[in-house]
Amino acid sequence: MKVWPIFKKEMRLYFTSPVAYVVVMIFLLIAGYFFYSIFAFFTLASMQSAMNPAMARDLNVTDSVMRPLFSNVSVILLLLLPLLTMRLFAEERRSGTIELLLTFPVRDGAVLIGKYLAAFALYAVMLGLTVLYPGIVAYFARLETGPVFTGYLGLLLMGAAFIAVGIFTSSLTENQIVAAITTFGTLLIFWILGWSADYAGGAVGRVLQHLSILEHNESFAKGVLDTKDIIYYLNFTILALFLALRSLEARRWKG
Amino acid sequence: MIEVQGLTKQYGPVTAIRDVSFSVAPGEIVGFLGPNGAGKSTAMRILSCFMPATSGTARVAGYDVFTQSMQVRRRIGYLPESVPLYTDMRVAPYLDFVAEVKGVARGERRRRVADVMDRCMIADVQNRLIGQLSKGYRQRVGLAQALVSDPEVLILDEPTIGLDPRQITEIRSLIRALAGRHTVILSTHILPEVSMVCGGVVIINKGAIVAQGPIDTLVEQFFPTARVEVEIVGPPPAVREMIRAIPGVVSVHDEATTNGAGRYVVESARERDVRAEISRLAAQQQWSLLELKRVGTTLEEVFIRIVAGEEASAVAGGEVAP
Repeated sequence: MKVWPIFKKEMRLYFTSPVAYVVVMIFLLIAGYFFYSIFAFFTLASMQSAMNPAMARDLNVTDSVMRPLFSNVSVILLLLLPLLTMRLFAEERRSGTIELLLTFPVRDGAVLIGKYLAAFALYAVMLGLTVLYPGIVAYFARLETGPVFTGYLGLLLMGAAFIAVGIFTSSLTENQIVAAITTFGTLLIFWILGWSADYAGGAVGRVLQHLSILEHNESFAKGVLDTKDIIYYLNFTILALFLALRSLEARRWKG
Repeated sequence: MIEVQGLTKQYGPVTAIRDVSFSVAPGEIVGFLGPNGAGKSTAMRILSCFMPATSGTARVAGYDVFTQSMQVRRRIGYLPESVPLYTDMRVAPYLDFVAEVKGVARGERRRRVADVMDRCMIADVQNRLIGQLSKGYRQRVGLAQALVSDPEVLILDEPTIGLDPRQITEIRSLIRALAGRHTVILSTHILPEVSMVCGGVVIINKGAIVAQGPIDTLVEQFFPTARVEVEIVGPPPAVREMIRAIPGVVSVHDEATTNGAGRYVVESARERDVRAEISRLAAQQQWSLLELKRVGTTLEEVFIRIVAGEEASAVAGGEVAP
């Protein structure tokens, strides 16, 4: 398997074009603003609670700062990750470089995994940079490390699924915009599925709730590590990657 | 080295190539010749394992392009017609990437990349972004990419397109130098290129092979006569008549008459040189002989004769997509 050269090539392409810089910068800007406003609000609340001991009992820095931050970051990811993955195959198809890439002695699977890992690594670095925020919180207050850790794990798993969907839609088209919008739409549908779960009720409701991306991420942010959630994201990722591989291979069978 | 048997490729209802068979011996350079849309690129895409044929088999270096695609891909260098390169990469890292993917050992890579940049004359742009290069440079980066793993077989689709005349000469001599060590199949619609670079030629038109073999054999096959061009001042009927009477002359055609001088094309049996006899005749008859020269037959004329002949004999048949 020649995953490594493909991985390096994709990384190089991310950083020689402005894509990586722009996406990371915008992400940090928005995440930073969310963190600032949540933290500032918490500061205000804790000052007020100094005069009201009953309120102070409910004040918890992990629950009031990190949990809303994680849920806000997941919304940014919903918007930004499709932009990180839209290029991966669509651009190769448009410019024709796929003709060379797929005649090199590399298996389709290795090309796919190399590209996937490159996008995931960039995402992991981008997310890693936000560790600064819990760091700041920990400097001023007593932060529980457990929920912060699971929260990040949840975001990583969710991002892994987003990227897999993105790479699949990118393999279907030669138009990057189409790839991005399809990814965004697919993810958004899975995101809002849970909303109708309450009305549907019964077995259908439970199925819808289980399919919802959002639902599974909430328990991570609470500090709950449930295999059900981990398996959900892994399944999501593997299914999307499998479909992407099929779509790459289709070319060889279209006689 | 390359054996193609009954290759057919259909894009939906359109047949791009039909029952194509040919073979290329190791170390040979073969030109794939045809008008635009004849199916050259389709054949090359099948040989390079990019897409499968509808029917028929193709073997490269003894491996089937469909069932043993990985072995084939390890042994080929391919330059697609559109020269697709990563415009956001720099030249040297790009070539390094290709070398790595093609399995050139780490220790050897740097030397290989430097060597191939020298041979393709792109060392001076090695740190530039490919997207900023001129067409000529990109074409050469594409060629370098095909050569970097030192493959046994090179499949080059229109390798000299977009180059200036000096670069064309350089690239042609580079390709010529590959003969012997590499087997090369290159497509082109520039006819002189084939005679300059290739030993053999496969002529394809509307998806089917119409002629193939060494260039000299093809010329003899399609032009069995030698031709001499004459310009003589003299009474045309008599000139025609008396030249026609020279033994070995097959035909005499009028070309044009200017200021009383007539131009004639004399066709004779290939092994006969009738120039001496024509000049003696002119002297005897006191005609003024202004010009007398032998006309070589080029591949171009062979090609036009074949393709035109095809068109004349074709009763029906749709245009073939590229």
